[in-house]
Amino acid sequence: MSEDKSKISELSRRGFIKVGATAVTAASMPMFFVKDAWAAKDFRNNPGNAGSVKFGFNVPQTGAYADEGADELRAYKLAVKHINGEGDGGMLNTMKPLSLKGNGILGKKVEYVTGDTQTKSDAARASAKRMIEKDGVVMITGGSSSGVAVAVQGLCQEMGVIFMAGLTHSNDTTGKDKRRYGFRHFFNAYMSGAALGPVLQKEMGTERKAYHLTADYTWGWTQEESIKNTTEALGWQTTAAVRTPVGAGDFSQYITPVLNSGADVLILNHYGKDMINSLTQAVQFGLRDKQVNGKNFEIIVPLFSRLMAQGAGDNIKGILGTTNWHWSLQDEGSKAFVKSFGQEYGFPPSQAAQTTYVQALLYANAVESAGSFYPPEVIKQLEGFKFDGAGNGPTEYRADDHQCFKDVLVVRGNEAPSSQFDILKVEQIVPRSQVEYDAKIFGGELGPYEV
Amino acid sequence: MIVPSIRNDWVIMAIFTAVVLTAPLWLTPVGAGYPDLLQKFAIFGIFAIGFNILFGLTGYLSFGHAVFLGVGSYTAVWSFKLLTMNVLPAVIFATLLAGVFAVVIGYVSLRRSGIYFSILTLAFAQMSYNMAYSVLTPITNGETGLQLTMNDPRILDGPAGQGLPSTTLFGLDMSGYAGFYFCAVMLIIAFFISLRIFRSPFGLKLLAIKSNQTRMKYTGFNTRPYLLTAFVISGMYAGLAGSLMAITDPLAGAERMQWTASGEVVLMTILGGTGTLLGPLFGAGIIKYFENIFSAMNDGRLHEIFSFLPDWLENIVVAITGEFVGDGWHLTLGLLFMIVVIFLPGGVVEGIRRANGFLRRLVQSSGTNTATLAAEKE
Amino acid sequence: MDAILLQILNGLDKGGAYALIALGLTLVFGTLGVVNFAHGALFMLGAFCAVTVQKILTISMKVKDESITFFDAYKEQPYLEIWFGDFGTAIIDWSVPISILLAMPIMLLIGLAMERGLIRHFYKRSHAEQILVTFGLAIVLQEIVKSFFGANPIPSPAPGIVSGSAPIGVLLGLGESVVYPWWRMIYLLFSGAVIFAVFAFLQFTTFGMVVRAGMHDRETVGLLGIDVEHRFTIVFGIAAVVAGLAGVMYAPILPPDYHMGMDFLVLSFVVVVVGGMGSLGGAVAAGFLLGILQSFASMNEVKAIIPGIDQIIIYLVAVIIILVRPRGLMGRKGVMED
Repeated sequence: MSEDKSKISELSRRGFIKVGATAVTAASMPMFFVKDAWAAKDFRNNPGNAGSVKFGFNVPQTGAYADEGADELRAYKLAVKHINGEGDGGMLNTMKPLSLKGNGILGKKVEYVTGDTQTKSDAARASAKRMIEKDGVVMITGGSSSGVAVAVQGLCQEMGVIFMAGLTHSNDTTGKDKRRYGFRHFFNAYMSGAALGPVLQKEMGTERKAYHLTADYTWGWTQEESIKNTTEALGWQTTAAVRTPVGAGDFSQYITPVLNSGADVLILNHYGKDMINSLTQAVQFGLRDKQVNGKNFEIIVPLFSRLMAQGAGDNIKGILGTTNWHWSLQDEGSKAFVKSFGQEYGFPPSQAAQTTYVQALLYANAVESAGSFYPPEVIKQLEGFKFDGAGNGPTEYRADDHQCFKDVLVVRGNEAPSSQFDILKVEQIVPRSQVEYDAKIFGGELGPYEV
Repeated sequence: MIVPSIRNDWVIMAIFTAVVLTAPLWLTPVGAGYPDLLQKFAIFGIFAIGFNILFGLTGYLSFGHAVFLGVGSYTAVWSFKLLTMNVLPAVIFATLLAGVFAVVIGYVSLRRSGIYFSILTLAFAQMSYNMAYSVLTPITNGETGLQLTMNDPRILDGPAGQGLPSTTLFGLDMSGYAGFYFCAVMLIIAFFISLRIFRSPFGLKLLAIKSNQTRMKYTGFNTRPYLLTAFVISGMYAGLAGSLMAITDPLAGAERMQWTASGEVVLMTILGGTGTLLGPLFGAGIIKYFENIFSAMNDGRLHEIFSFLPDWLENIVVAITGEFVGDGWHLTLGLLFMIVVIFLPGGVVEGIRRANGFLRRLVQSSGTNTATLAAEKE
Repeated sequence: MDAILLQILNGLDKGGAYALIALGLTLVFGTLGVVNFAHGALFMLGAFCAVTVQKILTISMKVKDESITFFDAYKEQPYLEIWFGDFGTAIIDWSVPISILLAMPIMLLIGLAMERGLIRHFYKRSHAEQILVTFGLAIVLQEIVKSFFGANPIPSPAPGIVSGSAPIGVLLGLGESVVYPWWRMIYLLFSGAVIFAVFAFLQFTTFGMVVRAGMHDRETVGLLGIDVEHRFTIVFGIAAVVAGLAGVMYAPILPPDYHMGMDFLVLSFVVVVVGGMGSLGGAVAAGFLLGILQSFASMNEVKAIIPGIDQIIIYLVAVIIILVRPRGLMGRKGVMED
């Protein structure tokens, strides 16, 4: 499939015109005219003959996800270094196939601008617009919430600039709200559910009663739905699914009803501060020491993040969840990245850092392969792109919805951590084939290549 | 010879119009001359001017004004989705619906005064925000925000071409500089109306309510209708600003109604100078400038800026200033609030007035007649 | 029945927290006439007293994990444990209660410094300017905390012996499923004790009498030759201590982060105003009332009838109370009404 694709792209219109134009004009015209001739249509922020291009790193620098944003920014800076041929090259040494040569992109040095999303749609879009209108970036990437990802992705589609999403887990990002110009490397709620299923069956059996507490917004709902589908397929019953206001702080009024509900599993569809608070408080209510229906009461946090899990302290010990990536993985790509990142900053990268680092490399690589910054060509390179050596096993950017398909990690809060970073233990690497789904189930439309 | 203060409103308007329309030119050197930020200046300028009609004239501090901004945005986007991508119906419907909301919320909230009034408006706004974020998702699309889609009916526009349509004014695309000039024209109109209100008997009555409502009431004067009118006008300003936000960027999110958004316009107005004509504009400009420009600075940029310094000094300066920009821009904003209010009671406008007074004394003593315009705009 | 009992407990617990936060705010409101938007920041600083104490107590000997090569990972063992064994472990375990001892003087100092350095210059300024300056201060304080501790919440657990649940159902003969966390019950008692102490102080001491007189008529008290200013400084200090203690004790329930003050700010204003301006009793009553109503509104049975009611209940009740009772529950005439 990928070989077919590369053949097609070699025979693409652009390639053809390039060859033809070169043949016709080579004798009489200076080189830059030739380039202009085949650069096809002009497009927004065309770097033209400039010696450098700019990336826009749009991450939360203030607000609840500021630490995650800071880690994303570190990863981006590292990616820029590696693309420009500085440092030890990181995943450039392990990723295959790879067109990048360590001399920037198409010989242009990569520079970057930064902005603060504040984890608010309006602020994120304002920041992205600044990058596009004022700084002239060719690509925007980053973010730590699905609301922001969907908002910025929509904007980038309108403006004709490619968006490589950061940390966003809602099914909608590459489902209902997918866009031609938006790409997501991070996994999603459906994959979390599919990956957790077999593990839950093994650990907790098929006769369980689950109680959901769900953050009352779109991400929470999609996760609740995905996890419910999985657990109900296992034969579990869903006792109740209760929506909790975002940022509720004190969840006691939602936790006490769990005690008498007859449920023996609590599923927390919360992220960030909500997750930390609800988990901490659920443990305080003694849920984990309880016996219900003759079984040990269990708590599940479907989406785990190491940075966030630190905030819950000892309470996460033994709790199951999924994560996109973890620094303790032993494949070549992960090791190369952890090495570069660790030597640069003195601590291991988070999953947010890994996904954003890979996203930056993927974009750069697609441009290099396309031989042009013209977005439709770059998009075509990314669509259906198969690669390995980026830390998640063989991975594919599915053309139908711009979602990356790769292995998913089922993790457990480490009972006996050997260091301050050893918070999560990888329980199982669930192969990609288990978490795949039909792109049609979530609807949505990618929209046109040309805008 | 000293030129007396310009009393003629038309001259003020002419100067104001010229300054606003040339904003892309004189804001470029400070890094703010790009469409999105220019639009934001104009939009939040309108929002703050409108807020000032209520707070500056009557002294009633609404802590929930962002709800009208949100209503305006949602209405505008729905107008794009259902009717047409033309911006005029969006502006009209948004302003009117925000006015209707203002009538309801104002009628209830104005039964109380002082902090009780503030908390009533806050409560309405927070209820709207929380509902829009969760249970009203069918109308507001919740956290993700209300967006245009390919299968919106748009009954007046006919079938859409490829891709999402963009907002237009009879065919003129409302993104980029065209969008800014549309907002700028709205700002000029909004400013003119505000100027007329400040100068009118109605404005004087509002000021009288501010200085002593009890006395007004004892003289047999029913203050409530006047207050409600001011509240509704200022709510409509916010609705207009909200619709402009949707016009320049067709997305409406619930965060626009959160208390922090209401708080922001309060801060803008106080920072610039409560009750002055231009103060709120300055306040809006300063806060939006910090939010968009200071937050985007990183060490790389700082090294560029301070590259004229010797290396060792450059590194020290960058290390220190680095704490105040990028992820530290909140800190700078907080310090600015404190410094302005400690040293300039009356806000930025007071600072300009003082600087102008100083200049004028200087001019007087040197005998030339180059009067500065900064003060006259007041 | 069990469910209702538990929700009453939740409500009381929440109410205790609200009341404690609102108490300090209304002291400053009522006595000094200052709209203090930095009050949430004081609450946050209190919580970070607990974090700091814990960090100090757990200064650790670091043993490098040799299996990790690319960066330094340590297995940490606190010196206290190494030096004192089990006793050291116990001290660390009790870090939150211990930090109360530290928080009281520190918060008092912070409060006094704030009043002397900043707030006192704003007594005669407009409320708008008070809002701007205290909001600016709140931002500055939280950014300073962020630069030291990061943006993520920091776990600060309660002592092991009270970190679980109390089997109150068994004690009351209601069955085993009725349990309630020890720490929350301690919090409830603690907030009750602090509220009582503040009331007793204002009611039964000469100092308190002067302050109460000053709340009613500051000028007259001043004319009597009493140094009101001086006492108001101390009142501000007390308000800071109360807010700080609320923060320390809340840390095990809500792992502290730099933004927690802002999260509670709006809520505490609503509680104070619903209680009525200038009334300490009103603030406490409103805190408990709103806490209990919020708990009940969150019950599935209630949400089934009115979806989303738990999201808005506090504000809805606030609107109704202010409309029915012009000055909140127990507000005094003329305080912050213009």
